[in-house]
Amino acid sequence: MIEIKDVTKRYGETVVLDGVSLTIAPGGVTSVIGANGAGKSTLLSVVSRLVPADGGTVTVDGMDVATTPGDRLARRLAVLRQDNHLSVRLTVRELVAFGRFPHSGGRLTAADRDLVEEAIDYFELGDLADRHLDQLSGGQRQRAHVAMVLCQDTDYVLLDEPLNNLDMRHSVQMMRRLRRMADDYGKTVVMVVHDVNFASCHSDTIVAMKDGSVVAQGTTAEMMTPEVLNAVYDLDIDVHEIGGHRIGVYFS
Amino acid sequence: MLAVLTLLAVAAVAGFCLIGLAGNWEYALGLRARKIATMIVVGTAVACSSVLFQTVTGNRVLTPGVMGFDQLFVLIQTLIVFLFGALALSSADPRLLFAGQVAAMVLFAGALYRRLFGHGGRDLYVLVLAGVVFGTLFGSLSSLASRLINPNDFVVLQDSLFASFNQVDPDLLALSALLVAAAAAWTARLAPRLDVVALGRDHALNLGVHHARVVNRVLVVVAVLVSVSTALVGPVTFLGLLVASLARQLTGTFRHGTVLPAAALLAVTVLVGGQLVLERMFTMDTALSVIINFVGGVYFIALLIRESRR
Repeated sequence: MIEIKDVTKRYGETVVLDGVSLTIAPGGVTSVIGANGAGKSTLLSVVSRLVPADGGTVTVDGMDVATTPGDRLARRLAVLRQDNHLSVRLTVRELVAFGRFPHSGGRLTAADRDLVEEAIDYFELGDLADRHLDQLSGGQRQRAHVAMVLCQDTDYVLLDEPLNNLDMRHSVQMMRRLRRMADDYGKTVVMVVHDVNFASCHSDTIVAMKDGSVVAQGTTAEMMTPEVLNAVYDLDIDVHEIGGHRIGVYFS
Repeated sequence: MLAVLTLLAVAAVAGFCLIGLAGNWEYALGLRARKIATMIVVGTAVACSSVLFQTVTGNRVLTPGVMGFDQLFVLIQTLIVFLFGALALSSADPRLLFAGQVAAMVLFAGALYRRLFGHGGRDLYVLVLAGVVFGTLFGSLSSLASRLINPNDFVVLQDSLFASFNQVDPDLLALSALLVAAAAAWTARLAPRLDVVALGRDHALNLGVHHARVVNRVLVVVAVLVSVSTALVGPVTFLGLLVASLARQLTGTFRHGTVLPAAALLAVTVLVGGQLVLERMFTMDTALSVIINFVGGVYFIALLIRESRR
């Protein structure tokens, strides 16, 4: 369970997170939605200890992320941010293998290698495994990074816009795979998603943020209503039920 | 690839020892052996400091030399003479003096460069510019201070700053060798974590590596290594850039376990081979650093142009 209590974060005068309290139950897929600048990415960064909070606490299964040793946390929680530019030149396989670092400390065992190959296959990267990352498209790179996070084999997986750079087919596949990571492997997936309809079709819980605060949290059915979405985005959004999913229509 | 580089380095060392050997062998070999030892220590220090610096700054174009580290060491040395007189420099125990200089260097370099690289200061041009400005600033301050001291002090200072490979204090050399060996051993142990740090702060934290702690320690080690090489032979600004970059290209890997020894071997080969060509073939005893800085400088510009096209 991830427990966020009264978390505050400021950059200079700007308050990015304003006393956020939130509990994310273990298991399932949770999507964090909200307009640009609502504090979604910062919240994810604070939870994954990439950014220190100015106030409040975050605990993951009772471990305070600010004080728990990094290597211990790295075996329980993995995070992937949006911008993943690397200054080193790596092949896909080398990148994915880094996911085993918290477990093996850089010396891969046979079991580690099997997990690396499994993660590569899971994200259909077999043909690209020996290519360097700078020779790949943005979407392929994105998949390689998510494969690394999967390879880290943690209970909690935090992703900041995993659909970045992906085309429609790969977006859907990515969401299905994340869904399966939760269903098949029992992982807790928390992600920032821009497209409310992807959040609606693939997540169990939706958390809505606005101006540095959580304004609503609930099951997908509770959250995918015109009232909630209008309040979150300040935009008229119709919600229709299509093929068993609630779809927000806001394009025209 | 490491085997080939080792062979090259050994060949250069053997060539330097044996080519044109005449007269009293014992005397000549002893003289040459000391030069070789100096070049091995300096080469290793320069190569390791450059690779480490590039790793923690996440930058493949900058080295401590380019960022003015060695100029900072010269400045510290000059300030000691300026403040305490040449007597302090010549009468103090060279090892104690060296320890003091390294401590000052670690302190200043740590404060300065952590500030520069600490908060996502990733714009390459800003960093290059800062490096050039700092290098020039330190250089100008040194020359200002050296103009203000009396001529006798200046001679002593000059002597200690431009110690070439020919005249290195054996005590200082032994101490330096010890320091470099310790740094190399420490780095070897840390190599897997350095591989992770090279991925950048976020990835390193996610993989459970205490990024800030590793970076701070590496910067201290870099400061020590730069102090060693600069104290022994003066600034060789572009050697580090040259060998770090070549080592990465030749080995085709990012792993520090391979890149670090490759860079050190390359540095030894370049230094010893270059000195050999200078001394035996052109029979002119000019400074090797002039040629290294010329070749390295051209390479630096090429690298800068290539990086900016990306």
